[in-house]
Amino acid sequence: MAIEVRIPTILRTYTDGAKAVEGTGTTLDQLFKDLETRHPGLEARLIDDGALRRFVNVYLNDEDVRFLDGLSTAVKDGDAVTILPAVAGGAGRARTASFS
Amino acid sequence: MISARSGATVNNETVLSITEALYSQIVAHARKDHPDEACGVIAGPVGSDRPERFIPMENAERSPTFYRFDSAEQLRVWREMDVRDEEPVVIYHSHTATEAYPSRTDISYASEPDAHYVLVSTRDPDTAEFRSFRILDGEVTEEEVGII
Repeated sequence: MAIEVRIPTILRTYTDGAKAVEGTGTTLDQLFKDLETRHPGLEARLIDDGALRRFVNVYLNDEDVRFLDGLSTAVKDGDAVTILPAVAGGAGRARTASFS
Repeated sequence: MISARSGATVNNETVLSITEALYSQIVAHARKDHPDEACGVIAGPVGSDRPERFIPMENAERSPTFYRFDSAEQLRVWREMDVRDEEPVVIYHSHTATEAYPSRTDISYASEPDAHYVLVSTRDPDTAEFRSFRILDGEVTEEEVGII
């Protein structure tokens, strides 16, 4: 059973530069654990404290898994999982010209 | 509090070469979305370092102090770039009340190591500040902007 996992540039250090790797599992969580056995360190970039990291987007085929079942999302042979770091940022809390 | 960051030396090793047209499109987008932060990408052929295709993105945060690409839109855009053999050469966003310099948040979320991070400030209604940076492993280096 093979599931293709597309890897973003910033995580290719864990895959020897490969843009895509294959894995097995019946849930996303299992799939990531499987990938970890061949690409140590990758799982920690995706999961923090048992949940998907907030600023990493994981898609099952065309859907953001946040709108499916997160790490429990079921995956199967022939599925494609895509990982993209969220693009985000901003000035943050505006500095105020006040006593604080 | 004086920000030591604003005095950073501009490095002479990398430069953002960008056309006047693309420069204007970025600034116009920032002005249009003000007071919310605007954000987007300029795609170019992989390895070329040439920004060519302007892709304004929706700011899913719709905030004057944060931005985030909508995750579904990001997938579509990244897939399209992949099909066209492109990569994000420029990732831009605006600051609406502060300087055009990467914040701690900007630095911690920068995840495209080869991109030029462009910051525009729309805090002044008459003059837009436009600066470009490389952000690698948490380190910010400002670079020259060359209008071509």
